Amino acid sequence: MRHMTSKTIRGATAGVVLAIGAGSLPAQTIAITGARVYPVSSSPIENATVLIRDGKIVAVGAGITIPADARRIDASGKWVTPGLVNAATQLGLSEVGQVAETRDDVARGRDNIAASFTAWEGLNSYSALIAPARREGVTSVAVVPAGSHLISGQAAMINLVDGMPSDMVIRAPIAMIAQMRSMGGAGVGARGELLVRLRELIEDTRAFARNRAAFERAETRDYAARRLDLIAMIPVVEGRLPLVVAADRATDIDAALTLGRQNNIRIIIGGGAEAWMLADKIAAARVPVLTGSMNNIPANFGALNQIQENEALLRRAGVQVVTIGNGGSSDEETFNVRNIRQQAGNAVAYGLSWDDALRSVTLTPAEVFGVSERIGSLQAGRDANVVIWSGDPFEFSTVAERVFVGGREFTEMDRQELLTERYKQLPPKQSMPVR
Amino acid sequence: MGAGGLSYPAFRNGSEPRRNPIAMKSHFAPVVVLAALCACAPARTKQGAQVSPRDSVAPAMLGAVSTPNADPFPSTYVPFPSAPVVIRNVNLITAAGPTIRNGMISIADGKIVAVGATVEVPAGATVIDGNGKYVTPGLIDTHSHIGVYAAPGGQALSDGNEATNPVTAHVWAEHSVWPQDPQFPRDLQGGVTTMQVLPGSANLIGGRSVVLKSVPSRTVQGMKFPGAKYGLKMACGENPKRVYASRGPSTRMGNVAGYRAAWIQAEAYRRRWDKWNQDRKGDPPTRDLGQETLAEVLRGNILVHNHCYRADEMAQMIDIAKEFGYRIRAFHHGVEAYKVADILARDSIGGSLWADWGSFKMEALDGIKANIALVEKAGANAVVHSDDASGSQRLNQEAAKAMAAGNSAGIPVSEDVAIKWITLNAAWQLGLEDRIGSLEAGKNADIVLWSANPFSVYARPEKVWVDGAMLYDRTDPRQQWRTDFELGYVRTPAGFNR
Repeated sequence: MRHMTSKTIRGATAGVVLAIGAGSLPAQTIAITGARVYPVSSSPIENATVLIRDGKIVAVGAGITIPADARRIDASGKWVTPGLVNAATQLGLSEVGQVAETRDDVARGRDNIAASFTAWEGLNSYSALIAPARREGVTSVAVVPAGSHLISGQAAMINLVDGMPSDMVIRAPIAMIAQMRSMGGAGVGARGELLVRLRELIEDTRAFARNRAAFERAETRDYAARRLDLIAMIPVVEGRLPLVVAADRATDIDAALTLGRQNNIRIIIGGGAEAWMLADKIAAARVPVLTGSMNNIPANFGALNQIQENEALLRRAGVQVVTIGNGGSSDEETFNVRNIRQQAGNAVAYGLSWDDALRSVTLTPAEVFGVSERIGSLQAGRDANVVIWSGDPFEFSTVAERVFVGGREFTEMDRQELLTERYKQLPPKQSMPVR
Repeated sequence: MGAGGLSYPAFRNGSEPRRNPIAMKSHFAPVVVLAALCACAPARTKQGAQVSPRDSVAPAMLGAVSTPNADPFPSTYVPFPSAPVVIRNVNLITAAGPTIRNGMISIADGKIVAVGATVEVPAGATVIDGNGKYVTPGLIDTHSHIGVYAAPGGQALSDGNEATNPVTAHVWAEHSVWPQDPQFPRDLQGGVTTMQVLPGSANLIGGRSVVLKSVPSRTVQGMKFPGAKYGLKMACGENPKRVYASRGPSTRMGNVAGYRAAWIQAEAYRRRWDKWNQDRKGDPPTRDLGQETLAEVLRGNILVHNHCYRADEMAQMIDIAKEFGYRIRAFHHGVEAYKVADILARDSIGGSLWADWGSFKMEALDGIKANIALVEKAGANAVVHSDDASGSQRLNQEAAKAMAAGNSAGIPVSEDVAIKWITLNAAWQLGLEDRIGSLEAGKNADIVLWSANPFSVYARPEKVWVDGAMLYDRTDPRQQWRTDFELGYVRTPAGFNR
């Protein structure tokens, strides 16, 4: 049990709820009152109300009239924010890192191109890792293909609601994923060759789009990618779908900016370990950066200059910054989607303003990926993704006391909590005796 | 390092393959099985002269190691120059009792002189106003691979797993340590003053660990904690059976047979040498580096650090230890330690555990954030370890998460308890609890001055002292150790103090 002291519904109904596999309460009119509310889209409001109806936010502010039928939740002394957005995860695509059959995050592709890979369509919405993420206030995630292909596939933004993948998707695709980190993964021998392959793909996509009929009649030359991958790339070359380029070395980031400018492609830098070294150029190009604040190890020759002040320096230059990732190393990524708040807290410790840090895990990712009309802020008309915190959401001692996604409060115990309950006393509590 | 077809999350700052050697949790390389073990070098004394076995029996003072040539790579560490320092107006989380609010600490000659509400200020001491900030003991990481998986990574610096045989008791981690690994100064900046560097977990028995101080040195000998006991790395479960799948062990039962076979040999070796040491008759038995290490475990002179995830496997390792008469000092990773916390407490076995890692492989599936709190509650020695050069820099944050998880689960944990998870309890697991791990008079002056309560996400170390010498000062770039590697390769942004 997460809140032994607070009388939540969870305690009374946990077992039953789990048994029937639901775990969320039906949508209704809910008034969260008395809290310090951070709408993110506007200044914080003391002693404010957040009014939710039918899964949407209806009103936010002080002095709001509360309908008689509303379920009132007294949040005096609490902090209320939009649900957090982790904009780079394999949640639902990778369950047990080293068990291949639980992984659907890496496409095979052809010739190191998997542009047509729609990762979210293979999402396991029964992943046991979704509830723990939500439990700590993460209500939306970008589901991003992994792999080190030249093009790894397409990402989607989803809400962590109960349901099938089709119920969860907010927008898909939100971006195409490319990388400039691993030459081997891209099937090239050198950085310059990787750029050539990207340009070739862009050029061939344009040629293909200009005359698809000729392609169908087999009257064109060979293209750099197969038909479905070319089709998937069309919105990228037309500037409608951003291309996330995972790049760390400052020179690679510069090359990505050039590629975007020359081809009228919307670039987003992912990772961006050394982005601070050309922060002004990135700002001038209006290119957002997805990065973190817990890495400072010169972990490879492509990221010698990564520093924890990266986000702060980028923001200072005017770059749109999205906080992603966790401080750990590798496979625990999906287990710790929740640690996005630790990452944001560290960003503050290393110079980012607190307000910018909150924005970097709420509204900014929503804006960068074109879903700010749905998530990322507490405004009328937005999805009711709302978290009531016991205090500063970035502090470890703070608890996400209540979490709403699409207006539904999620209260069931997750797998980790069930294990904790079972082994709180030893030998464990089980229906059968255990020694 | 190859990733077996699986690859990495799409964006991660600076790390490339999923099995990034710089930061990975199951430290083993894809294996090319090699044929033979190394040839053993002749016995040498500290001076390097070849000696007869009769002369080579070590005096008891040499780390209580009784084999021939007990200390062939002796520590050359000496504390850096220091002057007496008093920090006043500071909150002291001591790991030796309740937090002292607005107190004072005095250090001199490398030792803690006094800790309390008020302490005497020696003549000539530098007095630092703590301004209501926090002081803790220097943090201790019981599980590091810094130096043996050095940055910037790659095969050239991947020296943590001698994955050529399931039992490599003959290798010593210190022989892989690169003192210029830029991860060392970063650990110091995170407040870590002592770390155990272990071989990886590819092997059933991976070799000797070494306890290092986070100090600049040209040589690993210059970093070695004087007098610290060696550890022996053992590993359960998935890693060895996967690494040796083609030649065996390829199953957990194969793993257990492998441990037992090794201990049977070691026991015979120990008897032969103990007898010869007593009688001194005839030729001494032939030395065997691996058996020497294992025999020292059986004699109680080397501490066993056992990588083991699952509760049932820990229980089996405990039985193996009993069968052969050695003790397990700590289980490392122990993702399911909470399921057998009572057994760990009963047998005085520690747990070096993650705050929140799980699910990255089957044996890690049942990871819970309350693990450490539950082990603590059962009365066992609980430690937050890193196994990761990034996490090692934030042991305070890891401890804060584990403490919060306990509190959320209805297992109250105070800061005064949680601080021990990264200090005194860790010192015990390394056998150094009399020298480091708490703010007490007479202990080594390894201390950290924090900008705020160290359990806050916003806290950062401002100053770090090792044996009384300030080796890190956030506000003074001249007091920030930069390794040889970093010169001309790693930049720092102007105007930022790191």
